[in-house]
Amino acid sequence: MTYAIEGNTGRWTVVVGLEVHAQVVSESKLFSGASACYGGEPNDQVSLVDAAFPGLLPVINAHCVEQAVRTGLGLRARINRHSVFARKNYFYADLPQGYQISQFDKPIVGEGHLVLDMPDGSSRTVGIERLHLEQDAGKSIHDQVPGASLIDLNRAGIALMEIVSHPDLRAPDEAGAYLRKLRSILRYLGTCDGNMEEGSLRCDVNVSVRREGEEGLRTRCEIKNVNSVRFVMQAIEVEARRQVEVWESGGEVLQETRLFDPSRGETRSMRSKEHAHDYRYFPDPDLLPLELDEEFISKVRATLPELPDEKKERFIADYGLTPYDASVLVVDQANADFFEEVAKDRDGKLAANWVINNLFGALSKAGLSLAESPVTSGALGRLLDLMTSDVINGRIAKDVFEIMMETGAEAEAIVEERGLRQVTDTGAIEAAIDEVIAANPDKVEEVRSGKDKLLGWFVGQVMKGTGGKANPAVVNDLLRKKILG
Amino acid sequence: MTVLTDLTLVEARDGLAKGDFTAVELTEAHIRAMEASRALGAYITETPEQALEQARQSDARRATGTVGLMEGLPVALKDLFCTKGVRTTAASRMLENFVPPYDSTVGRNLARAGAVTLGKTNLDEFAMGSSNRTSFFGPAVNPWKRTGDDAALAPGGSSGGSAAAVAGRIALAATGTDTGGSIRQPAAFCGIVGLKPTYGRCSRRGIIAFASSLDQAGPMTRSVKDAALMLSAMAGHDPLDSTSAPVEVPNFENALTGDIRGLRVGVPREYRADGLDPEVSALWDRGVEMLRDAGAEVVEVSLPHTDHALATYYILSSAEASSNLARYDGVRYGLRVEGKTLDEMYSRTRGAGFGPEVQRRILIGTYALSAGFYDAYYLKAQRVRRLITRDFLEAFGSVDVLLTPTTPTPAFALDEEPTDPLTLYLNDVFTVPTSLAGLPALSMPAGLSGQGLPLGLQLVGRHFQEETLLNAALVLERACAFSGAPMFAGKEV
Amino acid sequence: MALDKTTVANIAFLARIDIPEDRQETLARELSSILTWVEQLEQVDTQGVEPMASVANLALSWRPDAVTDGGCVDDVLSNAPEKNSNCFVVPRMVE
Repeated sequence: MTYAIEGNTGRWTVVVGLEVHAQVVSESKLFSGASACYGGEPNDQVSLVDAAFPGLLPVINAHCVEQAVRTGLGLRARINRHSVFARKNYFYADLPQGYQISQFDKPIVGEGHLVLDMPDGSSRTVGIERLHLEQDAGKSIHDQVPGASLIDLNRAGIALMEIVSHPDLRAPDEAGAYLRKLRSILRYLGTCDGNMEEGSLRCDVNVSVRREGEEGLRTRCEIKNVNSVRFVMQAIEVEARRQVEVWESGGEVLQETRLFDPSRGETRSMRSKEHAHDYRYFPDPDLLPLELDEEFISKVRATLPELPDEKKERFIADYGLTPYDASVLVVDQANADFFEEVAKDRDGKLAANWVINNLFGALSKAGLSLAESPVTSGALGRLLDLMTSDVINGRIAKDVFEIMMETGAEAEAIVEERGLRQVTDTGAIEAAIDEVIAANPDKVEEVRSGKDKLLGWFVGQVMKGTGGKANPAVVNDLLRKKILG
Repeated sequence: MTVLTDLTLVEARDGLAKGDFTAVELTEAHIRAMEASRALGAYITETPEQALEQARQSDARRATGTVGLMEGLPVALKDLFCTKGVRTTAASRMLENFVPPYDSTVGRNLARAGAVTLGKTNLDEFAMGSSNRTSFFGPAVNPWKRTGDDAALAPGGSSGGSAAAVAGRIALAATGTDTGGSIRQPAAFCGIVGLKPTYGRCSRRGIIAFASSLDQAGPMTRSVKDAALMLSAMAGHDPLDSTSAPVEVPNFENALTGDIRGLRVGVPREYRADGLDPEVSALWDRGVEMLRDAGAEVVEVSLPHTDHALATYYILSSAEASSNLARYDGVRYGLRVEGKTLDEMYSRTRGAGFGPEVQRRILIGTYALSAGFYDAYYLKAQRVRRLITRDFLEAFGSVDVLLTPTTPTPAFALDEEPTDPLTLYLNDVFTVPTSLAGLPALSMPAGLSGQGLPLGLQLVGRHFQEETLLNAALVLERACAFSGAPMFAGKEV
Repeated sequence: MALDKTTVANIAFLARIDIPEDRQETLARELSSILTWVEQLEQVDTQGVEPMASVANLALSWRPDAVTDGGCVDDVLSNAPEKNSNCFVVPRMVE
């Protein structure tokens, strides 16, 4: 089922491409030795190079190059052995040099791709056009001094990777899946922390629409700086709808930069930024071409971790998980590791079920992260062991788990302390059954006359009579014998 | 009695070593000369107190036996080299009050070698010009005058202040920078030695940029040996300049043998253009003869793309400058002219802070890089640059150095300067091609014109072979026996 | 290439240089004559010639990732025409 917008004159589909700016994890900036940490007092993480003092020159940070290559390899992309830094010239108060050092026609990483895991368990491949390295700009502060803006250059010069997708996305939820997947890969690689709130991952969204079945692309608009996955999805939806209205009312969509306003749920034109832009890119004469040799690339490749796609395949093959469960578990490396610790020497499906449904559910209800979980992977594993060795039954296990979440105690201790061990003593169970049969002769007759379903009711009554501790299989067995003979 | 300001660097070094005088005495002599010669306009900023303090420290070091290559020698820095705590203006209103919190690497190398800094010399604004007339502070004046004519002559540019200071005996030597001839042309106009090293030989860090792919610092001195000595102190790989070459710095002075037997000298056919001043042409011929007499083999070579070097240079240097000078925006340092909006503040600041020549080049550079014109101007010029470089490399397949005139004419009067920018750019016709190819080149005084003005010859060498260049220059220097001292030197005004 | 006043005004805006009205005409003439002169390069056959960005025959050298700079806010602001709260001050920008 394709995403489509019902217009007044027919159905429209949407074409989306994303440009993601990912802040590179590094100690120092791309071209200077100032700290790349988030925050800090204004202009304290600024070298005179970042402030573009006359005569001071850029020198590239080796680690940032490595991070870009690592990311490229993680996106299954071509690494360009020869790339060039170019100056993108424009004037703005947060851009001290009067140009941004970026890469233009020769980026460090070329074509790659990324696999989307859709909620229905299917997957879809999206093309990556390129990844290039560039400098971040500084920060403008507008509300502190009347009639003036303040400029803090702490962020100026921090390394960014701009990752550009092909216009392969066809729905808001695909864009969301793309962002989530990209963030997951970046985090696995350790090349970007993926924190959208702090701005270490920022997204520009290119949107156009066309009639269902139409070939070719219509004019697109770029929505700048959208800062959450949810907003990206909303922005696409409202922008696509706006464009459909423009086309259907006989108008023409103009190629322009727009801003998404989440509080109003609309996009609006940023005409002020459009003014006569001509970036006059040319190779930065302060820098020489960036040359990478095969040995360097191989070295980086050798240190790549197992990435989400590979892990997902392995989880399906080794643990028998469904594609959906596997993709949920591999989004975050810590989740995947936790799952594997629980699943080690145990039933993988059972482990996945407990991690995803019980643990993740309880954590999100409690507003806790996995790292803050009161239940460790070891403790959860031992709870599952009590269940599979019939010490407790599944119902009791859920109760025990709840207590574990509250107290952080071990399952076994809880079971012992509260006497929750499963009752398998047939004498005790038979006594409870006899009691229920004696109290409900009419219902016994009904079962005997063929109303099998009522047996379930009897099981429930017996379980109630034993405080839930009876082994349900034994109860079922004995009931059948006693009622049906 | 020795006039301390008349000594060469090498003579002064040897005098200090022998104890004939102290660094303080040598520096005081120069400070007096500096004060007496203010009419030359050679300095934008004088730093006599700092110089004396450095001289005292140098004498103290010498007493403990620590002697650097340039120990106690008073020199001047072109006011394009940033100096910590001392204003650095690039001869622009834009940076009239700019005080850098750092030193250029070359300046620091010189200080580490023991040099004393007398002050900051005048130049064309942002090093754009060949006359010194674009300086916001007014031009430096050439210490030379035509015989029987009192007209003030241009010292050349852009390193005109450095050339005037060295020729006028108010610095033993000075640093210059050369983008298309800015060391060599003023050296020729003022009758001194100017060496533009191989691109990458000296760090560009802390030198205010004009055109990054061309800019190169070098020594301006009164002898070839001095140039060798000073280059040894200035040069060296700098990890803070990505275009600085990681090559060893030889002791250039030790490489001067004065023996050039078997050296192959190329004479480029295309430089013998129509309209070449007959005096210049004759001097060139004499230079060729001198080298031949010293045992060199002279070969005619061809540099077929010479004619297009100026236009190529003009586009590339202006394009780079338009971007390099974008940082002067009134926000972090330098002049600011207020405006209601950010753009208005930018435009007013840059309209008022840059002089007409700088503005012209920024505009041309902006145009050459702009959408729709990039291929036709900028990329085309980059392609021609490769052809020009290839010409040289091909020539250097059969010769070791090239000999050419430095400039087509001797110094012109400041008020005779052509107002048409195109005619003015022709000054650089012999120096620009080697800049485009990044080759080392040296200008040295080889004789006087009929009107009594110095004329320079240029030697061009292979990449990183300054030794060969300097050795040939030494031979030529001895043969020319140029002993002219300018009218102004040492005279009270 | 002959540049008209409007083109000059556009370039001047791109370069953020205020050119007084009365200079635009002269400037247009000067720039046009320079461009016409530069157009001699069209005569040069550059078929198959790679553009040359640098004469330095070097690969870019890399520096190790370490914090070696910054923490010098006084130097950074030492020449600022206007500062406030350790920031540079500019005319208010409209977002």
